[in-house]
Formats: sequence, C-alpha cells, structure tokens
Amino acid sequence: MNELLGSYVPIAIFLGLSLFIGCALLLAPFLVAYRAPDQEKLSAYECGFNAFDDARMKFDIRFYLVAILFIIFDLEVAFLFPWAVSFNEIGWIGFWSMMSFLVVLTVGFIYEWKKGALEWQ
Amino acid sequence: MGLQAVFFYLFAFVAVASAFMVISARNPVHSVLFLILTFFNSAGLFLLTGAEFLAMILLVVYVGAVAVLFLFVVMMLDVDFTQLRSGVLEYAPIGALVGLILAAELIIVLGGATFAPEIAGSGAMAIPPLTERQNTQALGDVLYTDFIYFFQIAGLILLVAMIGAIVLTLRQRDNVKRQDIAAQVARGPANSIEVVKVKPGQGV
Repeated sequence: MNELLGSYVPIAIFLGLSLFIGCALLLAPFLVAYRAPDQEKLSAYECGFNAFDDARMKFDIRFYLVAILFIIFDLEVAFLFPWAVSFNEIGWIGFWSMMSFLVVLTVGFIYEWKKGALEWQ
Repeated sequence: MGLQAVFFYLFAFVAVASAFMVISARNPVHSVLFLILTFFNSAGLFLLTGAEFLAMILLVVYVGAVAVLFLFVVMMLDVDFTQLRSGVLEYAPIGALVGLILAAELIIVLGGATFAPEIAGSGAMAIPPLTERQNTQALGDVLYTDFIYFFQIAGLILLVAMIGAIVLTLRQRDNVKRQDIAAQVARGPANSIEVVKVKPGQGV
C-alpha cells in the first residue's frame, strides 16, 4: 500500500507546486501592478459594436450526438486496459469474451456508419 | 499513516466543499468547473484506498468526457439559468429527503458491518496484495472470465446507448447537397458534354 502511494508523491509535489505558482501569479498583480480603473476600459473598442444578444442560443443537436458517441467509445476503451494488462492470465475464455464484446460494439459502429451519424451533412 | 490521513482529510474536505459550490455557484459554468474539482478529489480518495484503476478511469471518463459534455450543454444550450434557479427553494425538501434516505442507507450498511462483520465481506472477492498483483491486473483477472455475463451485458448496454442516441438525435435532411466522390471521379467528357448542331436563325 505504502509503496503504491509512494509512487504518487511526485504528482502530489507537482500539484502543490502548480497550485503555488498559480496562486502566486493570481496574487502578484494585486500587490505590484499599477492600477488605474476606468469605465472605458471595459467598454467595446472604438469601432467595435455592443453585443446584440446573449451567447446562449439554440444549436445543432449533432454536436451532442458526436459527444455521446465519443463517451461510448471512451468507455469501450476503458474495458480494454485491464484486459491487456492481464492478458497472459485469462486464457482463451478471456480473449474470446473480449472479442465478442468488440463484435457487439462493432455492430453498433457499423449501424452508426451506415446510418450516416458520423457524416456532417 | 499520518501523511495518508492528512491527504484523506484534504481530499474529503475539498470534495465536500466543491460539491457544495456546485449547487450554490451563481454561474453555471463555475458549477461545472467545481464538479470537475469534485471528480479530481474523488479520484484522490479512490487512490488512497488503493483503487488505482478506478481513480484513473474516473479522471479519463468523468473529467475527460462527461464533464466536458456538461460544460458543452451549459455553455451552448438556450437555457435561462436564472429562471431555472428561481424555483430551487421549492425543491429543497425533496433534495433533503433524498439526502436523508442516502444517509440512512449508509448508516444501515456501516452499522450492519459492525454488528455482523461476516456478512459484509461475503459478497466481495478478496483483493490480492498489491505486491503480487496490481489493481488493474486483479480486475482484469476476474472481469473477463468469472464475470463474463456482466461484461457482455455491459457491451450490450453500450450498444443500446449508441443506437438510442442515434435514433433520438439523428434526423436526415432532404434538401442537402452532398459530395459523392465516386460519381465525381467517374464523370468524364462522354457523359457530361453534348454537341448540338444549331441551325442559323432557329436557336436550340
């Protein structure tokens, strides 16, 4: 247990260091920077125009479809990691169980390909 | 052990605090960012219990995909969050009820483990020592052979999710011109040019 956690000490040090640097960079301007606040600095630039509308608007559902399909294949890949790591132990049953899992997902993949879900029309 | 306890309390405190910020932040984008912080701290807690694989999958799947999807929805969709938030106090009793039920379940599980310790361990498989088999290997040893049915069902659930997402969101447009590369390449002078003899004064 301890040697496992010991191998993560560099990451903890890295996170602490990055937290320190990030906070230092955030705080330093408050202490040393020259400040002259002005309303005009926040307004649109000379020839620019004021915003017409809110940034939120209705947009195409296909972006969402792509994201969902990405999550599904992400999960599929997550199943591949333990399989690859203990490949020598699980024998032919383990091999063919993963193959049938992949076949099922390939059926889905062919379905979405033929259906045109991956095409941007 | 002391350092481990320090990290446990650090992760647990930040997880609870950022989970509270998820529901109380005024800006929904900040809520999602706090949710990502909660996921990171939960991954740290998993790591402290020795569940290395689970911690990394939490980061890959939840932070890498699910939280990005949330951010995507929050930033892009046409939802008025101030209006959505106005009724939040009406639903507070329901939320409190859900929290109470969850707390009761946790107390029952933990209390049961103290009264009858032999029941608590009966359903779980013994975790091999970390020096012999690593966490990911221990998972892979049983997942594809002993738990083959659950594994195949997981594959079918992913298939259903894929087909469901396509059926619900895909709609074919009729008036769209699409590029057909095969037809484009096969096109030649023979089937695209027609020579017409035009007699003077009559037109085509």
